[in-house]
Amino acid sequence: MLPPKRYHGLLLLAFIIMILPLFLTNNFHYDVAIHIGINAIVVVGLNLLIGYAGQISLGHAGFFGLGAYTSGILTANYAWPPLLALGAGVILVGLLAFLVAHPILRLKGHYLAMATLGLGMIISIVLSTEDRYTGGPDGMTVPSFSLFGWEILGEQNWYWIIGCLLLLSIWLALNLIDSPVGRALRAVHGSEVAAQVVGIDTIRYKILIFVISAIFASIMGSLTAHYTGFITPVIADFFHSIELVTMVVLGGMASTFGVVIGAFILTLLPQFLANVEEYEVMIFGLILILTMIFLPKGLLPTLIALKKRHTA
Amino acid sequence: MSLLKIEGLTKTFGGVHAIEDLSFTIQAGTIHSVIGPNGAGKTTLFNLITGIYAPTSGKILLEGWDIAHKPPYELAKLGLCRTFQNLQICFNMTAIENVMMGSHLHLNTSFLAALFRFPTLSQGDHECREQAAELMKLVGLSKYITADADSLPYGALKRLEIARALATSPRLLLLDEPAAGLNPKETAEIDEVIQKICQSGVTILLVEHDMKLVMNISDHILVLDYGKKLAEGKAEEIRNNTAVIEAYLG
Repeated sequence: MLPPKRYHGLLLLAFIIMILPLFLTNNFHYDVAIHIGINAIVVVGLNLLIGYAGQISLGHAGFFGLGAYTSGILTANYAWPPLLALGAGVILVGLLAFLVAHPILRLKGHYLAMATLGLGMIISIVLSTEDRYTGGPDGMTVPSFSLFGWEILGEQNWYWIIGCLLLLSIWLALNLIDSPVGRALRAVHGSEVAAQVVGIDTIRYKILIFVISAIFASIMGSLTAHYTGFITPVIADFFHSIELVTMVVLGGMASTFGVVIGAFILTLLPQFLANVEEYEVMIFGLILILTMIFLPKGLLPTLIALKKRHTA
Repeated sequence: MSLLKIEGLTKTFGGVHAIEDLSFTIQAGTIHSVIGPNGAGKTTLFNLITGIYAPTSGKILLEGWDIAHKPPYELAKLGLCRTFQNLQICFNMTAIENVMMGSHLHLNTSFLAALFRFPTLSQGDHECREQAAELMKLVGLSKYITADADSLPYGALKRLEIARALATSPRLLLLDEPAAGLNPKETAEIDEVIQKICQSGVTILLVEHDMKLVMNISDHILVLDYGKKLAEGKAEEIRNNTAVIEAYLG
């Protein structure tokens, strides 16, 4: 018996993750692949908020950074076990997102964008200035991730861990979207008033998905801190938030596999721009603008629509 | 038995009285229509009853309980649902998913169950899909069961809204101009659908400009003019009411 159709894409991705190491010839290649995976997981979560529920966030790097620093500080300075520190990050970020969600998500459009932008900036500034704990702009070193005495070291081990987590997060996202909760989220985007008259408490769902997407970012922030072993407040800054949103928009809002492709392209791109690094921000901005003008639905949904039209 | 009772309902926007001291009763199991010229306050009345606006004063009693000032999603739990004059379809979903979202209150909406796709949730979702398909057949949309919402023509979207509202299993269904923009053949079909719904035990409050439809199916008609009650009664009485003819039927 074939697995349900909704999981076909997941199987294809699992296959790609399995054969990819054949083409990864050195640790640098693995490192790029791991960063693609990390970004992909964050944007799968962010897409639930932006693509499905239709709420913008320009502050998700803040949650990513907060998760990273919670892990960093608790493991480096207080010798917490990494998994416990990661959990503490999840609780901290989850609570923060929950507390700010209520006032923030009453806003719409530009106002919501501005409020989330401000929130991200506040987190980024706090991480830079509280140098007693965070090491300030110079950053801090973070011990490696260990679980029950087993230390995770080396790009190859991390590759498989991130690969599995990516598959897990996509599986969770696909399940969520195709459920009563997922329909409620999409209804918030499609027509808030229609959602309300059929009994959907739209505020509750907006808060829920804001918190969930923040937790996705926090977990990946924690793991990134342990993987790279060194973090600076740059990971929480505005440009990182923009990168994440661009991945969602380029790949395709409301397309889980689309945003994975978005993460793939935009994580790989800077590797080819190493010579013109100072223009990176401009190039990302240009991609964002061009996508919104010429591919408003994003890469993957546009390709699928083209294919449909071709076969019809 | 009265299902909905409106007492001294008033809604002002700035200095304008959109609805002024309005009282009327809707009997369970009937089709109750509200007519009146443009700007008479029909849509405002709908928005008040369904919780989209809060009344300035007055009571809205559903089986004796005052439901004024309750948010729309609470009213859905009490068995009140509506369609919209300006379509409120979720074009980011398929047609059948639009109907399925109407079953929200009857399904397992636990977040964990959704994330891990618990078998009980899949089962409930599967049944919900079948019920939604039945409702689409009931309103005459069987050929659009697998279509995307944005591929449906206008007349079909009107009926899709009715199917979605029915999925909430309402006791009182408010239809805001269901025949607006439809051709005579489609209007005749909507006429039939509305009567079928009423026969299944759902009380209907209808706002409509198509007089033929209104006169044809209404048990009771309320005529509004400038936010006030101009007349009330059976179709025959309204047809022969001189004040109504003067203000509206011309």
